[in-house]
Amino acid sequence: MSMVLTIAGAEARRIFVSPLAWAVLAVLQLILGFVFINLIIDYVRSSQMGNDYLGVADYMGSGLYGFATVLLLLVMPLLTMRLFAEERKSGSITLLFAAPVSLLDIVLGKFLGLVAFMLAALLLLALMPLSLMFGTHLDFGRIAAGLLGLLLMMMAFGSAGLFVSTLTREPTIAAVVSFGLLLAVWLLQILSNQDFALAPLFGYLSLTSHFEGMRRGVFDTSDVAYYLLFTALFLWMAVQRLDLERV
Amino acid sequence: MENAEILIEARGLSRRYGPRFAVNDLNLTLRKGEILGLLGPNGAGKSTTMKMLAGCLAPSSGEVFIKGISLSENATLAKRHLGYLPEQPPVYPELTVDEYLRYCAGLHGVPAGERAAALLKAKQSCGLVEVAGRLIGNLSKGYQQRVGLAQAIIHQPPVVILDEPTVGLDPIQIREIRALIKQLGQSHSVILSSHILPEIQAVCSRVVIVNKGRMVYSEPLDTVAAQGVVAVIAGFRKAPEAGQLEAIAGVGGVSALPGSALLRIAIEAGADPREAIVEASVRGGWGLYELRTEGKGLEEIFVELTSGDIAIHDTVAATLPEAA
Repeated sequence: MSMVLTIAGAEARRIFVSPLAWAVLAVLQLILGFVFINLIIDYVRSSQMGNDYLGVADYMGSGLYGFATVLLLLVMPLLTMRLFAEERKSGSITLLFAAPVSLLDIVLGKFLGLVAFMLAALLLLALMPLSLMFGTHLDFGRIAAGLLGLLLMMMAFGSAGLFVSTLTREPTIAAVVSFGLLLAVWLLQILSNQDFALAPLFGYLSLTSHFEGMRRGVFDTSDVAYYLLFTALFLWMAVQRLDLERV
Repeated sequence: MENAEILIEARGLSRRYGPRFAVNDLNLTLRKGEILGLLGPNGAGKSTTMKMLAGCLAPSSGEVFIKGISLSENATLAKRHLGYLPEQPPVYPELTVDEYLRYCAGLHGVPAGERAAALLKAKQSCGLVEVAGRLIGNLSKGYQQRVGLAQAIIHQPPVVILDEPTVGLDPIQIREIRALIKQLGQSHSVILSSHILPEIQAVCSRVVIVNKGRMVYSEPLDTVAAQGVVAVIAGFRKAPEAGQLEAIAGVGGVSALPGSALLRIAIEAGADPREAIVEASVRGGWGLYELRTEGKGLEEIFVELTSGDIAIHDTVAATLPEAA
């Protein structure tokens, strides 16, 4: 376990000393800030929107966090591509393979390092609606549910990207393929709208459907379990893939 | 040396890519205090062998034991005793030397309290003290190579595997690194590969030559040296008749060395007529200006074993039944 933390620490450090992480956070913040302002103006203009059923936290939280998932879908592959593909290309992966650590330690360590980045992104996303605290009353539960949903969503994105990153030695290929994979799982939602026998299954497997509830402030353990299982599955597949590579 | 602890043992190590054998039935035993030089032409299987010994590549068949621990069954425990510098130093360009080495120490299980001391020792050994705070990506190739080397020895492993450790270094650094390897060899065992024959001769106690994935030679370097003098090359201002030289005891035959004015004087087995030649030259006024021995050195052995078609036919024959 201490090895996982050692690897996670180094991974997080490497993410945050690289300009990529900061560029991603800056762009994320810029675009979400733009959306945020837009939402505020909308809300203020149409004063009839605020009533007993739709508070400012509902409106801002769900609008902003709904949009954030799309953005995160675009940027997570950029961060996950470095995890294995880039290391393999530069040869530095040998350091981990020759060290007395198991493949599970390596995968979990790298994933936890990435989680540190996710938490930084989450902090920025939390601060925006929280800044409204000074002018109005907020429903913190709703915002917390939305943030938890976002974190779970990012973990799912991250684990899938991590797995794809173990498949290739070209970072760009890793980025493109993980983007495609995430979008495909995302778009399963479309299939669920069609009228055929398996439609509910596709609806259940889609990444988006489980976020809807949390975005609205509904904490459902089955949604949480979905994301955690999704993450665990891809991390396990990454371990299997790395094991195959040595043989 | 014979009864020292066995640190690395490889039995019947093979690695194949499709029908082609990169390494074929290689056996190695390395005892404590030995420095083993792995020699071979490009593509002979040196790096593949080292990857397998370091546990970065699983062999197709055969097994590796490190300090008696099987690398396939108990990889994590076995790798504790291992330091490995691959062909490309496994460094992170975005970290400083200190950050990187501290991470490596942690990764190799150096206790937190001893990390600072381990870091300092590795930096001193590899001459990295003055660049400790710089980003690895900004260092020259030679310094990156040294960082890679420091990484391999920071946890003081009993077995150190170095894949071409002196590539990209300047002559002074090469001398320093060679001295370091020799020093390591006293308390650890070291396997290193190199293209540079004098380097192997300077530091290794044993040499293994691989060609086309097979081990073709494995002898202590003492044996190489003892194969001894087979001829003397001599240069005379006023060259004597061949008969006059052949009259000296121990001289087997005289021939002109192609392309030069020097003479090659073959020596009868066990004899050493060099002093007699000098005396004869002084007496006869032949004007001896050069006298050196021609041994069957590492280079001759290497060229003999790795060039020519014999070895290729041999390997093709060996792989055919497998391919069929």
